[in-house]
Amino acid sequence: MDVELKAITKRFGAVVANKDVTLQVRAGEVLGLLGENGAGKSTLMNVLCGLYRPDEGQIVINGTPVQFTNPGDAIAAGIGMVHQHFMLVPVFTVAENVVLGVEPVGRLNHLDLKTASAKVREISARYGLTVDPDALIETLPVGVQQRVEIIKVLFRSADVLILDEPTAVLTPQEVEDFFGIVRSLRDAGKAIIFITHKLNEILEIADRISVLRAGRIVGESDPATATKADLAEVMVGRPVHFEVDRSGAAPGDAMLVIKDLTVLRDDNTIAVDNVSLTVRGGEVLGIAGVQGNGQSALIQAITGLMPAARGTIRFLGQDITHASVRARHKLGLAHIPEDRQRMGLIPDFTVAENMVLDSYYDPRYARGPQVQWDAVNQWAATAAAAFDVRTTSVFAKAGHLSGGNQQKLIVARELSRDTKAVIAAQPTRGLDVGSIEYIHSRLMAARAEGDAVLIMSSELDEILALSDRIVVMFKGRIVAEFDANVEKPEKSQIGLAMAGVAA
Amino acid sequence: MNGAETLQRPNAAIDLGARRRTRIVGAILILLAAFVVVVLGDAPGDATFRLSRPRDVWVLPDLIVPAQPFIYIAAALTAFLGARQFLRGGGRWTTLSLGLGLGLGVLAFLVWATAGNAFSLTGMLQATMVRAVPIALGGLAAVMCERVAVVNIAVEGMLLAGAFTGALMGSVVGGWGGLLSAVVIGGLFGFILAALVVTYRMDQIIAGVVINLFVLGLTSYVSSQVFAEMRHLNNAPVFRAIDIPLLSDIPVIGPMLFQQNIFVYGALIMVAVSTYYLFHTRNGLRARAVGEHPRAADTLGIDVYRTRYLHVTIGGMIAGFGGAWFTLGSVGRFDENMTGGRGFIGLAAMVFGRWHPVGALMAALVFGFTDSLQQKLALLQTPIPSEFLAMAPYVATIVVVAGLIGRARPPAADGKPYVKE
Ligand SMILES: Nc1ncnc2c1ncn2[C@@H]1O[C@H](COP(=O)(O)OP(=O)(O)O)[C@@H](O)[C@H]1O
Ligand SMILES: [Mg+2]
Repeated sequence: MDVELKAITKRFGAVVANKDVTLQVRAGEVLGLLGENGAGKSTLMNVLCGLYRPDEGQIVINGTPVQFTNPGDAIAAGIGMVHQHFMLVPVFTVAENVVLGVEPVGRLNHLDLKTASAKVREISARYGLTVDPDALIETLPVGVQQRVEIIKVLFRSADVLILDEPTAVLTPQEVEDFFGIVRSLRDAGKAIIFITHKLNEILEIADRISVLRAGRIVGESDPATATKADLAEVMVGRPVHFEVDRSGAAPGDAMLVIKDLTVLRDDNTIAVDNVSLTVRGGEVLGIAGVQGNGQSALIQAITGLMPAARGTIRFLGQDITHASVRARHKLGLAHIPEDRQRMGLIPDFTVAENMVLDSYYDPRYARGPQVQWDAVNQWAATAAAAFDVRTTSVFAKAGHLSGGNQQKLIVARELSRDTKAVIAAQPTRGLDVGSIEYIHSRLMAARAEGDAVLIMSSELDEILALSDRIVVMFKGRIVAEFDANVEKPEKSQIGLAMAGVAA
Repeated sequence: MNGAETLQRPNAAIDLGARRRTRIVGAILILLAAFVVVVLGDAPGDATFRLSRPRDVWVLPDLIVPAQPFIYIAAALTAFLGARQFLRGGGRWTTLSLGLGLGLGVLAFLVWATAGNAFSLTGMLQATMVRAVPIALGGLAAVMCERVAVVNIAVEGMLLAGAFTGALMGSVVGGWGGLLSAVVIGGLFGFILAALVVTYRMDQIIAGVVINLFVLGLTSYVSSQVFAEMRHLNNAPVFRAIDIPLLSDIPVIGPMLFQQNIFVYGALIMVAVSTYYLFHTRNGLRARAVGEHPRAADTLGIDVYRTRYLHVTIGGMIAGFGGAWFTLGSVGRFDENMTGGRGFIGLAAMVFGRWHPVGALMAALVFGFTDSLQQKLALLQTPIPSEFLAMAPYVATIVVVAGLIGRARPPAADGKPYVKE
C-alpha cells in the first residue's frame, strides 16, 4: 500500500507545527523521518493516524484521497502507529491491549480472550515478536511493551506502520533486536515510517530519508551516500560540530573540595560511600558510571538536596556541608538537575516564571513581597534570546516546550548569573544534536570563565568529549580515575571500571 | 550484576513492610482478645438466637449459647490467632486471621449483648440486606462512573432526587410509574453531570457538590412548602416483599435473600449484570480502558466522550433506582434530606470494594449488618450509650473493610478530564 501526504499544514493556536508537508511512503520500504525535537514529527504522524485533523492538505492512499475523522478510520484504512509514549493500559493483559477496539466476542457480547491470545501467539510466531499474551503490561519491561504495541498494530492488519522514536527507551542490545523486527516487517511488504533524531540509527535502518525542520520538509537524502555531518546540517540548519573544543585547559585553584562524604538513601542503605573529590576552577570533572551507583546521590548532596551522613563539602573555602540550598546558590553554585520535568522546572508555570524560580526574591524582580512582573518578563525575554530558548513567548507554559528548549531554559536560568561552579547531571539526556551541541558549548564557556564544572552522565561519549578528568563510580565508591589531558583514556578501560572490574 | 542488585532492593523493602503488617495484625488480635475478656467477660446466663419464625415451613430449633464459656473460647481462639501471627503468620494468613478474629469478636459481642435474652438472628440478617440496598446501589452507581474516570460525588443528590421523584410520581401515577420516573430523573442528573465534566470540563468534585446542593435545596423546599399542604402528593404505595417459591422456605437464607421487595432483587441483579458487563464483555473492556488510559482508547477508535456520557448516565439511573428505595421501598413518604449521607457511604463502599460491583455490595453489607445490629442492640437495652451504637456502622465499615481489603488502586485517569488535542 502506498501513502502520500500532500501539503499538510497543522496549527495549534499560533504555533504552526507542520507547514506544507508533502511525503510519501511505499510498500516494502522504510522511510526515515529525521528531525530535531519539536520539528513537528509526532504532529505530522498524528495527522496521518487520524488523531489530529489537518488544517490544510490531504492524505492520499493508493491514489484516492481519504479523510479521517478519528483514529478508527485510519486503522480501517490500514494505518497503524506506535506512539512515542506507549498507548497501553498498564492494568490490562497483553491480549486485552492487543484486541482493544476490535475485540472478538461470542454470545451475549462475551469477550473471547482465548481467540485473542491465540491470535497474539500467531502474530508473535510469524514476526518473531516473543511475548506472553496473558502477562500484565505493567509487569513487562519497556522493550517487551514495545513489541506489544507492534503486535497491536499488526493485529489490525495494518500495511503502513508508523514508529515514533521507537528506540528512545531501548538499551543498545534491544535496539539491535528491534532493527531485526523492522527489517522482517519490511520484507513482509509493510510500508514503514521510522521517526528519530538519532543519526546513526536512521543511516542504519532507512531506505530513504526525509528531514523535517521547524514543521517543513527541508531535504531528502539517500542513506547509502549521506554522511552524519550532512544530515545533521540539514536537520539543524547549520553546520554541527560533533567534537568539542577542549584546548587551553588552565586549571586554577581547588574550588569544590569533598572529603570522606557518605550519603544514605531513605531506607538507610549506603548510596555514596566515603567519597573524596576535588574540582578546580577552569576544569571539567566527569563522573561516569552505570545508573544507580550513587552518582545522583553525590550530586544531590553537593547541591543540598540530600543530607550528608558523614564527611564535609567545602566550596570556595567555606564549609557548606549543612548549608541551605539557597545559601549554596548565593555562593555561586549552579545546578542543572537530572530530571528536567520533575526537578528542573515547573511545567505548569510560564517560561518567565521558571526563569526566576531561583531569584524571584532578588531586588531586581521584587519590591518587598511584591513581584515586579514587568522586570521579570523583560529579563526572561532577554535570557531566552541569549540562550536560544525557542518559545512563542515568555508567557507560554514551560511544559509545552520541547525537551531541548526546556533544558536550554534551565541552563539559561542557572548560568546567566555569576557562577563559580556548575553541577550538571545528565545535561543532554534525550536531546537532539542541535541542543546537545549548544548545551556543551555553554558548559565549555563556563569552564573557560574559570568555573569548576562537574558533569555526571551515563553517556560515556559525552563524558569523554567534555572532561579534563574522569572518575568512575561503582557501588557508591570511586573505583577509577583518569586524567584526559595527560593521556586520553580508552573507552573500554572506563567501561570495565563501570562494571566494577578493578583496573 | 548491578541490575540484579537494584531489582532486589525494592523487594526487600516490601518484605519488611509485609512482616510489619503481620506483626501489627497479631498485636491487634491479641488486644481484641484482651478486650473481649475484660469488657465482655461478665455475661451470666444463656444467649438465645432464634433461627426461624413461628410461621416458617421448616422450623429450626433455637440456638442456645452459654454466654460466658462462649466468650472465653472466642477470646482464646482470637489470642491464638494473634500469637500465631508472631510465630509463623504472613501471606494470606494475615488477612484470614484478621477476618476470623474480627468475626469472633463480633460474635462474642453479640452473645454478650444477648446473654439472658432472646434475639432473632433471621430478622437481623433480613434487615441487613434491606439496609445495604441503597448503599450498594449508590456504590454501584459510583463504580459505573469512576470506571470511566468520572468522579461522582453527586450520588447523594441522585439518591435524594430518586427518593423525591419516587414519592411524588408514585403518589400521582402509582408505584411502577414512580419507580420509572425516579430512574429517569437519576439518569437526567447523570447526563447533566456528564455534560458539566466531560463537555465543559468543570471540576468534577465541584460539579458533584453543585448537583447535591441543588437537589437538596429543591426537594427540601418542595417538601416543606408543597407536601405540607397537599399531603396526597406525598403518599405513595410501597412495594411489598415478594416471596420466591421454594427458595424463600430455606431457613435463614430464605428470609434474607428471597423474601424481599424488588429493590433487593434489583440490586442483586444489577450487581451481577454490571460485573458481567464490566469484566466479560467488549463494551466493558472499552469502558475500563477509557477509565485507565483515555488517550490509548482514543487512538484505537473508541469514543471517549460518548463512553463517559453513557456510563455516567447509566450510573445516574442506578442511583435513581436506589433513591426510590427510600420512599417506594420503605415508608412511601418523602422527608427532607431523607438519604442522610447514604450516597457518601456508597462512595466509601465503592472504594472499599475496590471499584468492583461485588466489592461495593460486600462493603454495603458490612454497613447494613452493623446498622441493623445497632438497632437490635438498642432494643436489648445494653449499657452502651445509643450515640455510640449509632456511630458503630460507620466505624465498622471503615475498620473492617479497610483492614481486610487494604489499599486499592482507582482507575488511573480517575477525576481527570480528557482533552483531545
Ligand atoms: N497539543 C499541542 N498543543 C500545542 N502545541 C503543540 C501540541 N503538540 C505539539 N505542539 C507543538 O508543536 C511543535 C511540534 O511538536 P511535535 O510534533 O511533538 O515535535 P517532534 O515530535 O518532532 O518532537 C512543538 O513546537 C510543540 O510544542
Ligand atoms: Mg515527537
